[in-house]
Amino acid sequence: MSATAILWTGLLVWALTFAANMSLSRIEAKGGVRRSINLLIPILFGIGLLALWEGLTRGLGVPTVILPPPSMIWDQITSSVPILWADFKQTYLKAVLAGYAMGCGAGFVVAILVDRSPFLRAGLLPVGNLVSALPIIGIAPIMVMWFGFDWPSKAAVVVVMTFFPMLVNTLAGLTAAGRMERDLMATYAASYWQTLFSLRLPAAMPFIFNALKINSTLALIGAIVAEFFGTPIVGMGFRISTEVGRMNVDMVWAEIFVAAIAGSLSYGLLALAERAVTFWHPSNRRARA
Amino acid sequence: MRLGAFVTLLRVRALPVIAVLLGILVLWYLGAVWLNAAFAYDAAARSGTELSFSEMIAQTMSQKRPVLPAPHQVAAEMWKTIVEIAPTSKRSLLYHSGITLSSTLLGFVLGTALGIALAIGIVHSRVLDRSLMPWIITSQTIPILAIAPMIIVIFASQGITGLLPKAFISMYLSFFPVAVGMVKGLRSPDAMHLDLMRTYSSSKLQTLLKLRLPAAMPFLFASMKVGVAISLVGAIIGELPTGAVAGLGARLLAGSYYGQTVQIWSALMTAAILAAVLVILIDIASRAVTARMGARP
Repeated sequence: MSATAILWTGLLVWALTFAANMSLSRIEAKGGVRRSINLLIPILFGIGLLALWEGLTRGLGVPTVILPPPSMIWDQITSSVPILWADFKQTYLKAVLAGYAMGCGAGFVVAILVDRSPFLRAGLLPVGNLVSALPIIGIAPIMVMWFGFDWPSKAAVVVVMTFFPMLVNTLAGLTAAGRMERDLMATYAASYWQTLFSLRLPAAMPFIFNALKINSTLALIGAIVAEFFGTPIVGMGFRISTEVGRMNVDMVWAEIFVAAIAGSLSYGLLALAERAVTFWHPSNRRARA
Repeated sequence: MRLGAFVTLLRVRALPVIAVLLGILVLWYLGAVWLNAAFAYDAAARSGTELSFSEMIAQTMSQKRPVLPAPHQVAAEMWKTIVEIAPTSKRSLLYHSGITLSSTLLGFVLGTALGIALAIGIVHSRVLDRSLMPWIITSQTIPILAIAPMIIVIFASQGITGLLPKAFISMYLSFFPVAVGMVKGLRSPDAMHLDLMRTYSSSKLQTLLKLRLPAAMPFLFASMKVGVAISLVGAIIGELPTGAVAGLGARLLAGSYYGQTVQIWSALMTAAILAAVLVILIDIASRAVTARMGARP
């Protein structure tokens, strides 16, 4: 196909998917049909976007350094699976998962401990809120100095980044149980731990899952950026910074694709877990037809 | 009476915060002693002298390249680089902060404007809502910061350097929270109020200006707080791959290359203060606007 033909095909596919979306969103439907339409629309939008991207970049001859077409990125992904897998293992399976588990776990445990003292809670909540807004990622060079080039330093960055959102959200969540329910627990003569496990922790779950979701993004960012400051010759952040230096932009996009898939999958899994755990929450209850 | 209320407020609100901050400071000093002790003993053993405990403590507080600098060392370095050195000098932290701040603010303003525009589009068009919204949410899960160096290099290869690429990253990061928050905010008016606007036979624009936008203000400010914090992070990360020229991110990178821990910590502290000031400024603006709109505290 000539460049112009590709350009027009891309534009045509985009216009078609957009028109299809216009009519789809007008359809009045209920139940399963509605849900499948709601799923179909963003998928069509994505396909249209990819077609537009491919058409514009190849049709107008955009230099691949600026924006490679999706087909080229896909070729790069399929031809360098072993490298991508090694980078994924180093960055995600080692640094992100370890740091995420430790950071979230520590934030959770500290919140439970702090919650017993109203004084500490009143002090930690504002401080924690502020610290969550700070550019914590800047500690990456320090952690690389302390823990060396390999994955523990990245995991350490992730631990610090994920700790505060978890702490603040769990603290806020532990106050979420209503006055009445607490009084009910008191009339049952429930102990502190019984109240915690049967009432306050379940009530705090929406907050905790909120923190888990925020942290899943933060963890990936933290691990990748920490690798910019020094790393062994494997890892997603390392690959991105070196391939950018060599102007191999399609490889960078391949890494971003992997990161996006990993990020979206972990987010999706968390959302599923949330729905299973907080099935009682109004936002998850579905009216029975 | 008012003084009494003020004192209570101080005791209930400020005292715990101050206690926690003091606790962090104490932990920091203990950490500095613990982490720097090895080097102090090592140096003493090499010069063949014995260190007493108090000498060791003094040593750990005044090393030139400590593993963890003591708070007063960081404070002294910040005082030196912020107050004593002229702000025009390249060794002044004010100079670097200014560069980071300018791209942060430019990106933040652009991102907020883009976010509001997108939200208005999404609220008024079903097609945009159904097709764009899922992608906006999905893109939140993608580590956008990871492509920051690529954006910088791509812009540089086209001859665009300096403020704009960094501002672009900040914009890209800050428009998401604003768009998502504003969609929620613009939809927050009651059905009753919307119906009232309809009985007035007001146009869509009038409803937007007189009902939807004012109702969205609390949401806007909440997402602007998130947005400005993440804009600063974006600007700092954007300065990393520029070859450490200027800005707080460049300061961090240069410090990590040469092992200047005190410099890293002072750049980090400055960034933290900057972020805190920006968030607090937005909080003040938010209070002023909501008070002006008749909200009671």
